Amino acid sequence: MAEDVRFKVSIDGIPVDVAPGTTILNAARLIGGDVVPPAMCYYSKLEGSGGKCRTCLVKVSKGSEKDPRPMPKLVASCRTTVMDGMEVQSITSAEVLEARKGVVEMLLINHPLDCPICDQAGECHLQDLSYEHGLADTRYEFERRTFDKIDIGDKIQLHMTRCILCYRCVFVADQLTPQRVHGILGRGDAAEISTYIAKAVDNEFSGNMIDVCPVGALTDKTFRFKNRVWFTKPVEAHRDCPTCSGKVTLWYKGEDVLRVTARKDTYGEAEAFICNTCRFENKATSDWIIEGPRVVKRTSVISSNHYEQLNPPPVVKKNLTLQAANKEQFERIERLLP
Amino acid sequence: MLSVKQNEPLEFTEEMLGKFAEIVTRYPEGRQKSALLPILHEVQANYGWLSVPAMDRVAAYLQLEAIEVYEVATFYTMYFLQPQGKYALEVCRTGPCCLVGAERIMKHIEERLGVKEGEVTSDGLFSWRGVECLAACGYGPVLQIGPEYTFYENLTEAGVDKLIDELKEKASANGQSPIANG
Amino acid sequence: MARKLLLTHIDVPGIHTFEVYRQKGGYRAVEKALKTLTPEEVVEEVKKSGLRGRGGAGFPTGMKWSFLAKPEGVPRYLVCNADESEPGTFKDRYLMTHIPHALIEGMIVSSYALGANTSYIYVRGEMMPQIRILERAIAEAKNAGLLGKNILGTGYDLEVYVQPGGGAYICGEETALLESLEGKRGNPRIKPPFPAVSGLYNCPTVVNNVESIAATVPIINDGGEEYAKIGIERSTGTKLISAGGNLNKPGVYEIELGLPVEEFIYSDAYCGGIANGKRLKAVVAGGSSVPILPANLILKTLKGEPRLMTYESLADGGFQSGTMLGSGGFIAYDEDQCIVRNTWNFTRFYHHESCGQCSPCREGTGWMEKVLHKIEHGHGSFSDIDLLVDVAKKIEGNTICPLGDAAAWPVASAIRHFRDEFEWHVTNGQEAQARNYGLAHYADPLEPVI
Repeated sequence: MAEDVRFKVSIDGIPVDVAPGTTILNAARLIGGDVVPPAMCYYSKLEGSGGKCRTCLVKVSKGSEKDPRPMPKLVASCRTTVMDGMEVQSITSAEVLEARKGVVEMLLINHPLDCPICDQAGECHLQDLSYEHGLADTRYEFERRTFDKIDIGDKIQLHMTRCILCYRCVFVADQLTPQRVHGILGRGDAAEISTYIAKAVDNEFSGNMIDVCPVGALTDKTFRFKNRVWFTKPVEAHRDCPTCSGKVTLWYKGEDVLRVTARKDTYGEAEAFICNTCRFENKATSDWIIEGPRVVKRTSVISSNHYEQLNPPPVVKKNLTLQAANKEQFERIERLLP
Repeated sequence: MLSVKQNEPLEFTEEMLGKFAEIVTRYPEGRQKSALLPILHEVQANYGWLSVPAMDRVAAYLQLEAIEVYEVATFYTMYFLQPQGKYALEVCRTGPCCLVGAERIMKHIEERLGVKEGEVTSDGLFSWRGVECLAACGYGPVLQIGPEYTFYENLTEAGVDKLIDELKEKASANGQSPIANG
Repeated sequence: MARKLLLTHIDVPGIHTFEVYRQKGGYRAVEKALKTLTPEEVVEEVKKSGLRGRGGAGFPTGMKWSFLAKPEGVPRYLVCNADESEPGTFKDRYLMTHIPHALIEGMIVSSYALGANTSYIYVRGEMMPQIRILERAIAEAKNAGLLGKNILGTGYDLEVYVQPGGGAYICGEETALLESLEGKRGNPRIKPPFPAVSGLYNCPTVVNNVESIAATVPIINDGGEEYAKIGIERSTGTKLISAGGNLNKPGVYEIELGLPVEEFIYSDAYCGGIANGKRLKAVVAGGSSVPILPANLILKTLKGEPRLMTYESLADGGFQSGTMLGSGGFIAYDEDQCIVRNTWNFTRFYHHESCGQCSPCREGTGWMEKVLHKIEHGHGSFSDIDLLVDVAKKIEGNTICPLGDAAAWPVASAIRHFRDEFEWHVTNGQEAQARNYGLAHYADPLEPVI
């Protein structure tokens, strides 16, 4: 096929031109915004990922120009490639929204909902997903699933109860590290991430398992219970690293670097994987060349502590005395708004 | 997670290795991982269950990471990851067998052996469990006993009693001491 | 007596041996195919026969074969799906136990048609006795020059190997089966690509059920057109039906497709009626995954026509009043059986067998099992019944493989047709718990006609 061949696709009515072989999800990401299906298991930098969580289900209302029949079932947009003339419905299909709501509910019925003590809280994709697509209530009234605790070394903390079995960490171990010592054991809803026998997951790239984990199942043990992410300040930095790109985000509290992560893009994916030396061994500002503060969306929970306060509370808007008393402060907030 | 008690290194017999070698020839070059399931069956037939050293040894033999073997062994229900009785009775407990009395048979076995599902009798001779459909729905209730997977059909309480007695007799006639629990 | 194609010689002593099988005309299809037909012509005969996949999906076998990609220099594989584990189904076990050479002969014919030089029979691990039977049959056939190098001097080479499974229903799904055959966990693959393009070892692969492969033998012997004369409409040929549950004569029967369900249940030539003089309450016609139907709907369609054992007639009325032929696992329930208990049992089965890869199936099957357990044990509420319907709906169609649908349909159909039995469990909790059987008023009120 000639290189300049492009497929015309529309997602929720918005047209986009993509190269053949592009998945529906990636076509949607080219458009951006609300039409982009959520993805909990797909990770563009991990080969073979995707298809499992079913949050990215979409409706193909027209298969292609040649064969306009709709696809009979909803499809996983992360693993379905586009055809020329394909028409896809994401947020414009009630069926899709209903299915997504169903999937979120399924992902949550056995989730411990221990966000108050979870280090991932504030940057957890399951939190975001539940907020956008979930029910306020649960219909599940049975005891939630638990697992025996296991220790996978001094760098990574495993909380199996929070895991949604996205398999991303398995792909990281397969594709980035020389030897995989952990995997998915057991079957069905008893399946778990484990090493089976006591073994530490520890090699130069194992820390990336933390970054790819969409939930709080794999967290940074060196950051454990140190702070809530929204109290920390993300700063972009780099160093000359012989192993990886050395481009990271430093998470500060005051003068201290509490943790180091890869830089994440709009979809929460690492821009480049980083090595454990960068992640765990370099926690002094002097180890790094600081580039500047990380741009954080105003809607993110992480931004909430980096502005004096959000918009004035509604009560202030109605009260002229308070408005006059806080005039200067409100103006300052206005200036800060992007 | 497993606490490993049985950590002695383990060597397969010449006979087993010969069998393994034959199994590997069934697959194309470089696809020796395909031999994993049949080899695990062979190992279980010899030792009664799959210990960690045995699985590690299989991994080494097939040039796999140990985790790949654990992943497979924990996925499939036929593989025992704990020692079982010398005779592990597996009773079908799925719908069609239940229509003809499988639940009654399981209850009877539990009472007769005096151990709960998954437990081993104190003499080490028996363990039992319910398993899912054994594809013999017209002849239910049914049970099977590995490693030959001998099949017993149209079970009755009296039939089960007779079977257990026969197995006990067979074990004592062979003068075999019950297998040690690891 | 109806025509038999697969079980013609089932009563001949020693038919499981090569000698007797050969004496009775066995391996004629191999001779005919390899010596007088091109592979394309064999595929053509199978297409003409109208044979549909006997494992449950009912997809036309000839068409499946014609989808097989044939890139230069890449091996192609035939894999026989003998991972029979659909509750209610035991026909493949029967065939492999008693006439193993029918399968081996079919393997040779089919492999030749597909251009495969190595083929595998993936047998569920629990069927160790059948694995030994097949291995012996293969050795006998090889000894007679029907397998191995240069078969019958035609220049065609074929090796057939038997592969044991490890105990997982999901490996009956063709891509999970291929994963398992590659020595991995039986997680179904995400499609596309389909096995016809990238299957075993990433090579083009056809996966067929035992019975489908065995059926190619009479198709080649008598010609596809002859085979297509048997049966009705798009349900051609004969089918092995596994009859189980509360029947006088449970067992495996070869029927001509088109046989009335009523005749199959009550005629002495087949199941001989309901056991212990009881009445028929319900039937699961095609293995546990297909919708359960109450007696009145399995015997007659909603239009009042007699229900026939065909793909089309059993599906008449869609899921509102119909079901599916599926794998031919025919389970009959007498008037004392409890539908709620049976639904709970089936759901426990799917929960146990879910591979756990995708979230709706992993979480939903366990959820349904817990709710059903609660209802069956007298602690349910009316809203639980609606919850079940909703959870089933959330699973159906949203999973990687058909196991999700297979888990959802039995629940949805049981509530659709037997709702007041569920409600009775809610309102009469204590009694439901104590007696373990359901409501008899669904049972067939009619005297059997035959």
